[in-house]
Amino acid sequence: MSGAISTLSEATFDETIASASGPVLVDFWAEWCGPCKAIAPILDEIASEQGDKLTIAKVNVDDSPGVAQRYEVMSIPTLILFNDGQPAKRVVGAKGKSQLLEELSEFI
Amino acid sequence: MTETREVIIVGSGPAGLTAAIYSARANLAPLVIEGEPSSTSDQPGGQLMLTTDVENYPGFPDGIMGPELMVNFRAQAERFGAEIVTDKVTRIDFSSRPFGVWIGDPDATEPSYRATSLIISTGAQSLMLGIDNETRLIGHGVSTCATCDGFFFRDQHIAVIGGGDSAIEEASFLTRFADKVTLIHRRDELRASKIMQQRAFDNTKIEFLWNHVVERIDGENSLTGIGVRNVTDDRRSDLDVTGLFVAIGHRPNTGLFIGQLDMAESGYLVTAPDSTRTNVEGVYACGDVQDDYFRQAITAAGSGCMAAIEAERWLESL
Repeated sequence: MSGAISTLSEATFDETIASASGPVLVDFWAEWCGPCKAIAPILDEIASEQGDKLTIAKVNVDDSPGVAQRYEVMSIPTLILFNDGQPAKRVVGAKGKSQLLEELSEFI
Repeated sequence: MTETREVIIVGSGPAGLTAAIYSARANLAPLVIEGEPSSTSDQPGGQLMLTTDVENYPGFPDGIMGPELMVNFRAQAERFGAEIVTDKVTRIDFSSRPFGVWIGDPDATEPSYRATSLIISTGAQSLMLGIDNETRLIGHGVSTCATCDGFFFRDQHIAVIGGGDSAIEEASFLTRFADKVTLIHRRDELRASKIMQQRAFDNTKIEFLWNHVVERIDGENSLTGIGVRNVTDDRRSDLDVTGLFVAIGHRPNTGLFIGQLDMAESGYLVTAPDSTRTNVEGVYACGDVQDDYFRQAITAAGSGCMAAIEAERWLESL
């Protein structure tokens, strides 16, 4: 298990998602988004607790607008869970830890 | 055995955190139950977490960002020993002292905490329109957070509904990204402060649609338009917008207190004149949860200070 959260860019996104062995939760965020910052520590906690079942990665929408556009992200934070390379679950808006874990329960 | 605290503060906007600063400095070791993250104003830090520049909070001549101001409030409360937990209160039993306070499962036999005195500062949250498709299209054109989502509406046409300071601030902020912002208001004048109004009138990207209400929200996977009605002649028309930001007012977060604390018909908690005392001895209410008139960060902070001092003196009298 790793537990570290990596940052994906336009260049690394597809490759990382396609080659992942388990589910990958991608957090679309930006520096100027308050609710995004509010859930960052929760994602850190989930990453360290569930690191063996779930990979968490971040996409900064300022740096990688193309990826956000491709997945029709129109609100942040948006979390998209990719399973076998395909988007399988989408959570829009900041949530508390218990609520988030419940949303993700079928994958972890 | 559940621990009993002298003061528990429920909510963490300007009112709750000011109460925390004062009661921490009074050596009452307050516990602040700050709420849980969300993309609405019902979140730790409260409504200011969704704003940009706060220009009317004294002490910051150049203004300060709302979230930054709240980070400062929180740090100041922690500096004096306030303990802050990131969770949502799910139930309070006001029927006997010490009061029972639950987080997590509200049906648990034992409360998570007990408190000799309680300071209620749960604030208010934005009203939604309550019409079809609104909730389904949140995050797909309908937004509860202009600062979060404005970025995704570059060069598009957006509608903002409302006529108060929040609506004007959102409309002005959104012109950074949008090609055009139509401000839809059900009256023919704004309620916003004069300086905000002037700024909006001077902004060439903002158009005003007076005397109109939104009746319909269209869109399958994302917002494609809205239907509006002129309230003076009932004429209906359509507006091709891809973004919709609702700022039509607030309702107090008082659902937990129904049947236990006195509240007005509007849901706002009732406090004694010139005081933050509620109808239950040892329970104080401050900030927007008991104020439907001023609703400013500075008045919320002021009433938070009052609540802390009143709670402290009451605890001393026991």
